This record gives sequence, structure tokens and C-alpha cells, in this order.
Amino acid sequence: MRSIFSAATQEAARLNRLDTYFIVAALAVLLLVTYLVVYTSLKFRDKGNGIEPKQESTNLRLEMLMIGGPTVLVVGFFFLTITTTSAILPPAGTTTPVVLITGHQWWWEFRYPGTNVQTANEVHLPVGQRLLVLGTSADVVHDWWVPSFGLKMDLIPGLRNHVWVTIKKPGIYEGACSEFCGQQHAWMRIRVVAQTPADYARWLQAAARPAVAAPSDSLARVGGALFAHYACSSCHQVRGTLAAGQQGPDLTHFGSRSTMLAGLLPNTPQNVTRWLTDPQAVKPGAHMPRFIFGRDSIQALTAYLTQLK
Amino acid sequence: MAAQPVLVPEPAEALPDLDLGGDQGLLQWISSVDHKQIGIMYLWVALLFMLIGGVEVLLMRVQLAVPKNTFMGPEIYNQLFTMHGTTMIFFVAMPAIFGFATYLVPLMIGANEMAFPRLNALSLWVTFFGGLLLYFSFLAGGAPDAGWFNYAPLNQYNYSFRPGIDYYCAGLLLAGIGTVSAACNFVVTILRYRVPGMGLKQLPVFVWMMLIDSFLIIFSFPALNAALAMLLLDRQLHAHFFDVHAGGSALLWQHLFWLFGHPEVYIVILPSFGILSEVFAVFSRKPIFGYSFIVGSGIAIGLLAFGVWIHHMLAVGLGNVVNGFFSASSMLIGIPTGIKIFNWLATMHGGSLRFSTAMKFAVAFLVEFTIGGLSGIAFAIVPIDLQLTDTYFVVAHIHYVFIGAPCLGCWRACSTGFRR
Repeated sequence: MRSIFSAATQEAARLNRLDTYFIVAALAVLLLVTYLVVYTSLKFRDKGNGIEPKQESTNLRLEMLMIGGPTVLVVGFFFLTITTTSAILPPAGTTTPVVLITGHQWWWEFRYPGTNVQTANEVHLPVGQRLLVLGTSADVVHDWWVPSFGLKMDLIPGLRNHVWVTIKKPGIYEGACSEFCGQQHAWMRIRVVAQTPADYARWLQAAARPAVAAPSDSLARVGGALFAHYACSSCHQVRGTLAAGQQGPDLTHFGSRSTMLAGLLPNTPQNVTRWLTDPQAVKPGAHMPRFIFGRDSIQALTAYLTQLK
Repeated sequence: MAAQPVLVPEPAEALPDLDLGGDQGLLQWISSVDHKQIGIMYLWVALLFMLIGGVEVLLMRVQLAVPKNTFMGPEIYNQLFTMHGTTMIFFVAMPAIFGFATYLVPLMIGANEMAFPRLNALSLWVTFFGGLLLYFSFLAGGAPDAGWFNYAPLNQYNYSFRPGIDYYCAGLLLAGIGTVSAACNFVVTILRYRVPGMGLKQLPVFVWMMLIDSFLIIFSFPALNAALAMLLLDRQLHAHFFDVHAGGSALLWQHLFWLFGHPEVYIVILPSFGILSEVFAVFSRKPIFGYSFIVGSGIAIGLLAFGVWIHHMLAVGLGNVVNGFFSASSMLIGIPTGIKIFNWLATMHGGSLRFSTAMKFAVAFLVEFTIGGLSGIAFAIVPIDLQLTDTYFVVAHIHYVFIGAPCLGCWRACSTGFRR
């Protein structure tokens, strides 16, 4: 994960400017106080001569200075706060959002308004455009945080929140849930795939396509039948098939994702097999129950899932 | 301070038949209503829970020592950090403050007892048993595991079905009753039991801070107590205060909790400011510089404390107008805090400084607390807060502030050995 100082969006760059002003001002105050503490401590040590120091206890002019100095800083930073906030986080208005994020225990759901695209944990976004991102939650409070994008967004059930992003360069940007949300809070990672507008359009088109109903590979075909008729389909959706569950992540293009379980493991057939064998051993607390599949069924399901590109 | 002769008779004169000082057994301590004994017992309670809270954090650090450690699972880890925070705030910081205040306030204002001695004992024991009840949750099937801030709806039965959060509610309600009754006791003691001739302008700074503190407690703890009662109703009787799917509000908990939670920060810090003011004055051989400004800034902090809670919720999306208002009010806190720091420096300036243990802690505090305070200003600047909220930066900030003020403050007070 990149640091908060490597700004990947224009919003974060603007924010970093404010960060810099603040760090300079705070360091100046800290140095002043430290200097005064050290200077006073050394200069006015007890000399051991028993002379009582001058009993001065009021000085109105000095008090005014103590009030005035901080007030000037406060007013200055309040002005910067308001100007920066209104520049990088204006109200959403009636702008069409590029994506609606829904936090779940413990994965991310992404829906692209205006299309039927639905995906999980890895979100694709175009660079160079000012994008409105909406967020909400399906269960507890989560928080959307990609450090190099600048702003956080709390995802609260029953409410809509928003954030603006203008990504500067294509690349992979990582983030994580930043509001404690229960047992697997630590494994609720975000992966943003920022693409050029052309690549993004291609991806969106591919992601909108339904899955192939009858895969050519015979093992995968068996897996597909199991998926649709076993319990899988009551929670998971694979568009183009009978599976239309909405509780768990959409798996229509599961095979095209690079990681699984919100960043916990690389998306490999071995890991899919491990997960299907005993989810609670891989990600304890996750809402996927342990189904006692036979070894053959697991193999077929793995083959089916990994070919869903 | 030109004190008039004390009119209240000493217990030995008023009750000559009573055997004082002879019996100092355990039973005598438990049944005591003497403010000094209760004060000392408060400090023992704080020390006991500090050891427990310290062990919890050590276990957490072991887990965090290397990535992907399997020392403990997430379930246990979540219980530990929840219990660490809850313990340190409610059963270490609060009893420590009350310990010093119960011991010192009557002495400093020339009263020979608190206004309501039995209530004083009740406050101590109710707080202590609240702590024990909270810890009983470990035996009852699992400690609370939703953080010390215990956000809704994670605190609901659906998401945390073990009884930990019920014990959190019950334990903190008990401690809350103890805290509010202690605060009432201080208000009456300070306003009505001063030695004749001691006006409010002659009150020692520590007593002033305890007076402001008590009002803060009386006005902020009811928000927490109400939230806890509502949560207990939700969990036990299936009410829907915080249940979003049944028309409740997830945000309501955050509002109530931080309406209590932010004043709580100042409740913990103000008495320590009082102790510091005394230490700086004594070991500089000078009267405190800018007495009225130090007291006045304490009152300002007390009033502002109730208008800043949204800065814990800036990422919630309440809109730029609301965020802007609370940004301004939160930044304003920096001004009275600055006044205090600079007045303490001015007290030292031109004095004859003796670096006793207490004074060393006090001087270290000045720099340490400036770091804590400045990092706090970062949260008032909305865009910076939106980057930093919910991160280790916040954790670092509260530890700078809480270690700096209450803990160093307490060690300072201990090491002056109640000499005054």
C-alpha cells in the first residue's frame, strides 16, 4: 500500500498541499515550545542562593499575545479548511456516479450504474476524469480508504455517502476497510485497477457480458450444474445462469480477478479448492458456511469458477 | 490565602468516645466513608485495572510483532483491544482522577470531609463493581468485541451474539452512576463547604478544574448512560434504536457516544491541568502566572467540549456546512490550550526552578502534550481528518494526550507525595 503522501489523484494532491502547510505550522509551534521549555529550564534553575524570585503573576500584554498568536493560526487554517473542502469534496448534486460501493462483512460490492456490471473486491476506474463514487453498507459500518486517493468515506447502512476521485495515472492502487467491522476486518482489502479510458471501456464491455452457460470443458460443465443446483446459487450470482443470489459476491467473472476473499489469497485453483473445502479454516467468521462437498464436487466447482473469466 | 479559622470541629473533638485510628483492618477500609481512605482506594482500583489493561496491550503487541502472526486469533484480539480501551478510560483514568480529587479537594478548601461521605463510598464501590462486572464477561462466554467506541450496528445481537456487549452496557452503566454521583458530590463540596472567607477567586487551580470537570461529567455522562440503556434494550428486549433494518439509526449511537466521548477527553485532562498548575507554581517558587486566564481557559474548554463531537464523525458524510461548523469549534479548543501551555512557561520564567521528580514530569509534559495537542488540531482540519481518521494517527494522538496528561499528571501528584 502506498503512503498517504504519494498522491494518485488530483484531490489527494490538493490535500497534500494542506498537509504540508499544517506540518510546517505544527513543527514551528512545537519547536517554539521546545525551545522555550529548554531555555527556561536551563536559565532559571535554582541557584541555591535562597533568593526569592520576583513574584510576578500577571502581564496583560503577554496574555494578549498568548491568545492572539494561536487565534491567527486558527483563523488561517479554518480558511484553508473551507476552501480545500469545497474544492475536493463538493456536494454530489445530480451527477451520475461511476460506481456504487456497498460494504459487506467482509468484502466489497461494486455496481456500475447504467450498466448491469456487478463485481467484487477489485474495482476498475478510468483515469483522467472526475468521478463521483457513492458508498453505503449492507450490514455494519465500513470505511472506504485508498490512502493514495486522499479522502476516506464511511459506509453506513441506510445512508449514502460520496467522494470524488480524479485518478492521474493508470495502475493498481490498494486500500483497506478503515472502520472496525468485526472479526475479519483486517481482511477487507481494496484493489483499484485504474485504466486508460479506452481500456476501461473495453473492460466494462467484457464485464457486462454474461457467463457462458455451458462451458466447453466437461469438468467445468459439471461444476456449473453443481453451482446452480447446490446451495451456491442461493447466495451468489453468475449472470447468464440460474444462479442469482445477492448475499455473497457476484462471481460472473471471478476468474478474471487476481485475488480472492478481499485480498486474503491470490486467485489460484489451489486456493479456491482450499476455500471450498473449509471456508472457516481459511477466513474464520466469514459468512460462507462449510458445505461438506465430496472431493469430486470440489474439483468440478474449482474448474467451473476459475474458467469464469 | 487569608483563611478564616475552621468552624467545623475535628471528629476527635466532636465525638470524644469514638476510637479513631486504632482499627485499620480490611473491614475498616471497606466500610470507610473517610475521604482520604476512599481516595487511596480509588487509586488502588486505578492501579489494579491499569495492570490488567497493561497486560492486555502487551498481548496485543506480541500479536502485532510480526505480520500474519498466529499468536492469537482475531476473535481474541478484538476482545483485547476493546477491553484495553474501555478499561483504561473508565477504570483507570476516571478512578485515578477521583482518587486524587477525593483526597485533595476537601483538604484544599478547608473542609474536613466531602459533602456526602456515604455517597462518596457508594461512588467508589459502584465503579469498582462495574469494573468487575465488565471483566466477568470473560467467564460468561466472551468479552465485548466491538471496540471501546462500540459502534452500532456492530454492537447489535446479530453481529455480536456473545454476552460481552451486555456486560459492557451493565458495567459501564454502573460505573457511570458512580461517576455522576461523585461529580455531584464534588460540586456541592466545592460550592458549599469552602472555609469561610475563601471566595471562588481564591480557589486553588486544581479545585477549579475539578469543579469544571464535575459539571462536564454531569452534562455528558447522561448521553452515554442513555445510549447504553438503549443498547441493552435493543439486545435484550429486541428494541430497534440502532437496528437499521427495523427503522433504527446507526448514526444515533455515534452522536450519543461522542456527545459523551469528547467531553470525556477533557474530563480526564482538566484535573491533570490543575495538578500541573500547582506543580509549576511550587517548584518555580512563584505564584501561578495568569491565574484568571488559566481558570478562564479551563471554563472555555469545558463549554467548547459540548460543541465539537462531530469531529469524530467527519467521514460520515454529514455535509460541508456541518463539518465546517465543527471544524471551527474544534480548532478553537487550540486557543485555551495554548493559553495554558504558555502561562505555565511564564510561571517558570524568572522563577527559581527546583527539578524534583514531579517537576521533571511536568516539564516533560509540556513538550509531550504539545505534540498531542498539535496532532489533535489535524483532526479539526476536515480534509486532513478525512485522510487520518480511523488510523494509527488517531491512536497515537489519544495516547500522547492521555499518557501525557492523566498518567504523567498522576505520577507527578504521587511523587509530590501529597505534601501540601
